[in-house]
Amino acid sequence: MIQDLLSPTVLAGIIYSGIRLATPYLYATLGETISQLSGVLNLGVEGMMLMGAYAGFYITYRTGDPWLGLLAAIIMGVLLGLANALITVTFKAEQGISGIGIFLFGLGMSELLFQKTLGSVATVSGFPPIRLPLLGDLPVVGDLLFNHSLMVYGAYLLVPLVWLILNRTTWGLKIKSAGQNPAAADSLGVSIPRVRYATVTIGGVLSSVAGASLSIALLNVFQQNLTSGMGFIAVALVYFGGWSPLGALAGSLLFSTVNSLQNWIQVLGIPIAPDFALMLPYVLTILMLAFPFRKARQPAALTKPFERGEG
Amino acid sequence: MRRSSQFLSPAWLAVLTPLGAFVAALAVGAVMLWALGVNPAVAYAAMFEGAFGSLNSVADTLVKATPLLLVGVGICIAFRGGMLNIGGEGQLIVGALAATVAVLALPAWPGWALIPVALTLGFLAGAAWGAVPGVLKARLQVNEILTTIMMNAIAVQALNYLLRGPLMDPQQILVGSFIPQTARFTLAADLPRLVPTRLHAGFLLAVIVAVLAWVLLWRTTIGFRIRAVGLNPFASRRAGLRVSRYAILSMVLSGALAGLAGAVQVMGVNHRMFTDGSSAGFTGAAGFNGIVAALFGLLHPIGTIPAAVFFGGLIVGANAMQRAVQIPSAMITALNGLLVIFVVSSDIWRRRMVQRQQKAEVASALGVGPAAEQAVPP
Repeated sequence: MIQDLLSPTVLAGIIYSGIRLATPYLYATLGETISQLSGVLNLGVEGMMLMGAYAGFYITYRTGDPWLGLLAAIIMGVLLGLANALITVTFKAEQGISGIGIFLFGLGMSELLFQKTLGSVATVSGFPPIRLPLLGDLPVVGDLLFNHSLMVYGAYLLVPLVWLILNRTTWGLKIKSAGQNPAAADSLGVSIPRVRYATVTIGGVLSSVAGASLSIALLNVFQQNLTSGMGFIAVALVYFGGWSPLGALAGSLLFSTVNSLQNWIQVLGIPIAPDFALMLPYVLTILMLAFPFRKARQPAALTKPFERGEG
Repeated sequence: MRRSSQFLSPAWLAVLTPLGAFVAALAVGAVMLWALGVNPAVAYAAMFEGAFGSLNSVADTLVKATPLLLVGVGICIAFRGGMLNIGGEGQLIVGALAATVAVLALPAWPGWALIPVALTLGFLAGAAWGAVPGVLKARLQVNEILTTIMMNAIAVQALNYLLRGPLMDPQQILVGSFIPQTARFTLAADLPRLVPTRLHAGFLLAVIVAVLAWVLLWRTTIGFRIRAVGLNPFASRRAGLRVSRYAILSMVLSGALAGLAGAVQVMGVNHRMFTDGSSAGFTGAAGFNGIVAALFGLLHPIGTIPAAVFFGGLIVGANAMQRAVQIPSAMITALNGLLVIFVVSSDIWRRRMVQRQQKAEVASALGVGPAAEQAVPP
């Protein structure tokens, strides 16, 4: 039975769905990374994902066009991100608690809207898998890597993009300075509120898109609590990945691969309790947080609202 | 720490803030109801009626308030010790699981022996679940928000494993239905009913625990040290306190009370353990809503009692509203979220006011500023 797992088809299946399922983690974790690097912890990712998943699903269902659904999710993300910026930057609220508020709001609101507007819709036709020309025709690799939905490609393209923005642009420098030493950045003319409004809004958009990637690209369904904790995992993956886009990629792939391995264990009927496999990434994350193998320090001003003249 | 000094004074503003936030959330809710084509007055009336309209509904409200109160008091203790415990969900689950194992393993025990043992095991399991983030935070500076979230996820997987495997009702296996739940507990494990309603003794226990927590925090040395560590860990260390010990203790107690909440819930309400695969299936998100209740109780154990009853009423009332005007009870979850956001956002005005007062006091003490100018005639 166990050796079934090692057959080429099954291995390919595990890798394929591992790559696929990393998508929502990637969007959400990259967004949260940007937000945290500027000094704002968004603990409400889960709620934003649910709202984005609903918005994308509803519009795709009504119009039949997943692009409009994606647009709806982005608009939803902008609204939620701006609201979160208002809460955390302008009102300087305790971020650990306000994030729980956003989570509860998104959890309840997405369910309320779903029940009142759709009730019990089964599925939509979201973004289909697209086999890339040339690359998709490669043996083995073509099937595994280059036969995915556009939202999957988008998530992976975002990794180098975010890396470039953070490490090769002035704006990236401003983001990191706002998170490390806002007072110094402020004295050099960087507007901390403006930087944080931007990063928190980006975080909102990417959280929302992460949710939509589930509802209109990977699963093509919406249901109550669709994300079931993925948003919280994304927050942890930021720490796991040491606030770097590549770390976010590694963490997302680890989580999604374990998930997909567990799915296959169930499909093949292998008598291993899958729950222990599912537990593994969380235990691993705690160990990684407790004993970081490289010194990745969190942004010095994380969760600290900026106040001029407080030094 | 800044965190612990928030929400506290001046006293009247601290009370007014949550009330204002509540009115604001109700107003937003009214707009939402109106947009959904429902008369808000009718909906809210149905809610109030459902929560407090009869002896049975009051009893249901108190039953729903019980886990919120226990978790909320735990949140208060952790918060006073400088810790934010987001791990209530996981602690509830392991507490309930520990009690479940005890009840299933001791089928012949009488209630007077079984109930205390099971509740104690729930308490201890929650304490252990809270200890992990506590130790990691105090000794290795690992953010407790993250570890508690991870511990929640681990608890859910343990729950799913146990209920789909070793703890599954033998009857389920015999019939072949494999519903992930345990057998019904022996009647001896049922918490005693208080009045001929669904109200069980767990609510009384929770109130007693809240009072004990107040005594602990404000009338004992240990409590004083927990609060000192939470308010200013650096000064506490200078004063010779073992800061990490008290920080860990606050988190252990917080987890223990959530674990107790889980044990009370399973023995007082469900009488069997079950899972729907997620944590909210069993907990009803009490681990999170307990934070809301504690916040509304001004992070004070005694204040959390009315706050928990209030939110218990909201949950019961939401179900009544769903039946009366067909608005999904999920709306109340959304409004709870808004409440939290409003409370923490509006705190900025209270902080500003405190600052202004302090500045004025300092200025008058130093003989400068408006106060001093008035005192000295030209």
